[in-house]
Amino acid sequence: MIKQKPSAKTTLIAFLYLSPMLIIIGTFYLYPIVMSFAMSFYTKYNFYTNKVSEVGLSNFVTIWTDPDFIEALKNTIIFVVGVVPLSVIIALVIAILLNKINFAAGFFKTVYFLPFVTSTVAISLIWQWIYNSQYGLLDAFLGIFGIKPIDWLNDPHWAMTALIIMTIWQGLGFNIILFLAGLSNIDKRYEQVAQIDGANTWQRFRYITIPLLSPMTFLVSVTSIISGFKVFDQIFVLFGGNPGPGKSTLTLVFYLYEKFYTEWKYGIAAAAGVVLFTLTLIITVIQVWYSKRHVHYV
Amino acid sequence: MTKKSISKILLYFILTLGGIIMIVPFLWMIVTALKTGSETAKIPPTLIPQNPQWGNFIKAWNAAPFLRYFLNSTFVMIVTTIGQIITTILGAFAFARLEFYGKKTIFILCMATMMVPSEMLIIPNFVTLSKLGMINTYAALIVPWLASFFAVFTLRQTFMTIPDELYYAAKIDGTSDWYFLWRIIVPLSKSTIVALATLEMIGSWNSFMWPMIATNSDKMRTLPVGLSAFTTDAGTQYQLLMAASTIIVIPMIVIYVFLQKYIIAGVTRSGLKG
Repeated sequence: MIKQKPSAKTTLIAFLYLSPMLIIIGTFYLYPIVMSFAMSFYTKYNFYTNKVSEVGLSNFVTIWTDPDFIEALKNTIIFVVGVVPLSVIIALVIAILLNKINFAAGFFKTVYFLPFVTSTVAISLIWQWIYNSQYGLLDAFLGIFGIKPIDWLNDPHWAMTALIIMTIWQGLGFNIILFLAGLSNIDKRYEQVAQIDGANTWQRFRYITIPLLSPMTFLVSVTSIISGFKVFDQIFVLFGGNPGPGKSTLTLVFYLYEKFYTEWKYGIAAAAGVVLFTLTLIITVIQVWYSKRHVHYV
Repeated sequence: MTKKSISKILLYFILTLGGIIMIVPFLWMIVTALKTGSETAKIPPTLIPQNPQWGNFIKAWNAAPFLRYFLNSTFVMIVTTIGQIITTILGAFAFARLEFYGKKTIFILCMATMMVPSEMLIIPNFVTLSKLGMINTYAALIVPWLASFFAVFTLRQTFMTIPDELYYAAKIDGTSDWYFLWRIIVPLSKSTIVALATLEMIGSWNSFMWPMIATNSDKMRTLPVGLSAFTTDAGTQYQLLMAASTIIVIPMIVIYVFLQKYIIAGVTRSGLKG
């Protein structure tokens, strides 16, 4: 291959191609990343004059001593722990089943994936109605089995569960599609050989599918964890703009939103953003470390 | 019955059960949208509307400026998608084909943006757009989304699969880079481009947090923000809320049914971006 050497001329031309993208990425991604960190240290900031009269660590001290922030952090982790394992397991099972059938597989895929293309606002409204404690479909259904009506959205003990159930339902299709991609990469011959050697369905699943799919399982988990950290839209709509009864579904991004948009405390909101970033970074670092060790699977 | 057919039946049973759970909320939305106000308050709930109220859709549509929301969403979606595709094609071409100073540094800097949660960037972006006087304008809803490095990265991967020979042959024939990009590379990468465009369309149509923060008047609201605001007016009139939800959900379901193949390919890639 003939490799062109960069020169002033090629650089100029390349930047003409790059500039539309770079201007946007620079202004709305790179610059705000730097600004977010900077703002988290602004302790006295006038938005209108854009004047920073004091910097320091006090925003971080404030959030660490703010019971709401601790609650938000705790709830975010409960949410992630509630959603991710269940979502991954259910998606894995359904993907494996879908992979075994031919008839109507496309139809099922369409159905499972439907919530992904649907507005979260609309979905949350539908579920708000399903969760309704008087006329809701869910309580009516549970009533058939003699279960007393649950006030899903107004009872602090159930609000998080309600949010978790809806989120799992909504994200299932996305995870199934990823698992199906992972399954299609597994060489069919492994299973055939195992079958010849007399391995039963369970053994083939346990000793072939699961290990060979583990990089994908890992990837799906990472994606789900990161998007779990960022949950906001569902909560906002499901609980009518509130962070749930007794702040039981106050999460990190909701906290950020409240500090930023309702209280106009930019520095504190930015500090919460830095915490969100750190959590994401930790997960990403683990992911990079893991995929470096297990590249041969992917 | 053989063991095999029993397990097939079991398999379809589980998948159907799961499918029902996935579809019921949507059916419930439509069923509720067709009920009268008093029928929505029946205990136990009726599963089929006694007297379908098709007028609910019109009632909901007129109860809030949904036409305006709809046009805003459509306009923002179309402009963002077209704009993003253009910046993506140009950027991906530079990274895939051209040699220039600082290529690696710029690439890595841009890669870093993919890792940062966009929720964190809302604060400084809001400040920037306020300074530019763009809050509560279409520009606020469109400009920040005119480029996505994830899209550039994905398309670059596709561009790099196009053999070098094709490029050098074109060069020898005296074809310019510009012509080569639009006449040869872009048509060859059609499926990736359609996948990225479809994902952007869905993302733009459904996006909520940013449009809510970046707009403050009814005139500028997009459908999700308008629908969320409508809940305050509609109160417990769930038949109207569900009718309005149906209106916002249907266009994406139509797009999805037609472009399913591309969407799934796009999602597979977006999940794999790692």
